[in-house]
Amino acid sequence: MKLTAEETIVAVETTREILSGIHDSRGSLIPVLQRVQNKLGYVPPVAMQEVAAHFNIPAVDVYGVITFYNQFRLTPPGKNQVKICMGTACHMRGANIIQEAWERRLKIKVGETTEDREFSLERVACVGCCTMAPVVVINEEVNGKITPTRVDGLLFSYELDKKNEAAAKGGENNGQ
Amino acid sequence: MGKQVTITVDGKTISAGEGEMLLWTALDNDIYIPHLCSERNEKETPASCRLCFVEVAGRPAPVPACTLSVSEGLVVKTRSERVDALVAAGFELLMSNHRLDCKNCPANGKCELQRIAKARKLRLKPKNLPILDKGLPVDDSAPGIVYDPNKCVLCGRCIRACRRSGNSILGFTSRGFERVVATFGDLPLGESGCQGCSDCAEACPVGALSKQA
Repeated sequence: MKLTAEETIVAVETTREILSGIHDSRGSLIPVLQRVQNKLGYVPPVAMQEVAAHFNIPAVDVYGVITFYNQFRLTPPGKNQVKICMGTACHMRGANIIQEAWERRLKIKVGETTEDREFSLERVACVGCCTMAPVVVINEEVNGKITPTRVDGLLFSYELDKKNEAAAKGGENNGQ
Repeated sequence: MGKQVTITVDGKTISAGEGEMLLWTALDNDIYIPHLCSERNEKETPASCRLCFVEVAGRPAPVPACTLSVSEGLVVKTRSERVDALVAAGFELLMSNHRLDCKNCPANGKCELQRIAKARKLRLKPKNLPILDKGLPVDDSAPGIVYDPNKCVLCGRCIRACRRSGNSILGFTSRGFERVVATFGDLPLGESGCQGCSDCAEACPVGALSKQA
């Protein structure tokens, strides 16, 4: 995923701000990374390099920590966040098939964001509505009894919504 | 070195420097103990390969020889039923996740896995476990180095060699079954700033990192 120049600058500045005044002992590494993630929503490579330089450790060590913990994202979250439930019930009802369907349709892997930043894909543990398994949560909206065809349907409805929104906006502008 | 102590390994009396790690003492005296992750000149050992187990008199369970410092009157057996069971299990787990291609492997003949299999009469191909190939691409982008992550046993020797050479390009990333030796951002070695010193290939006990012919 390519970051824009602006995003890179913001990431570097935010990271430097967080790092200022923090001691360079390695124990602060994860808290710092968490703060970067809180501010930016993800931890881009430039931020990792800044952090590595501050703690005087190889950049690959920071990358190792980031990839070790699920809580860290490497890519900016998409406009629509798709969360596939991987709880026991959903798993038994074929959540991995649903995951594959999303990956195929969005052409990304879990943890990534589409090139147009519209969708990001995540696996989550139980979302608490096992009777509807397999479940996919898109933003805050819960979708139960998902099938691969339903994935296509959901994506289609999002495209439709987007078109309608654009049309409505266009209409407003014309009205003015 | 400090003072000399006398220990017994497999009934053989050996004199060794106090505080030395048993693994190296045994190897110096031609007693082979399987090992992958340990290195003689490193201060700390990860003790992660779980292959150098030995039986120590007075200890309830086998201990790894790479973390056992030698002391006066130590009595050690390198083989026992429990040790063999532990090593066999550990070795089989390693092999279930190692792409076996000895015939075409650059490490064929000097591979530590082949040596362990021969010494302990273990099979290279796991009997009870399915083979889980990582299915990762082979990286030959750096000058002089070929990296096949599918053969990696995660001993970490290449990482330490890379750090000693002053480059710090390699490191462990991800977790669990996905754990792999990789570069920052999973870049191919050729784009990672690797100088191609091939210290990692020298350090690799198997055929995961090798020098390009």
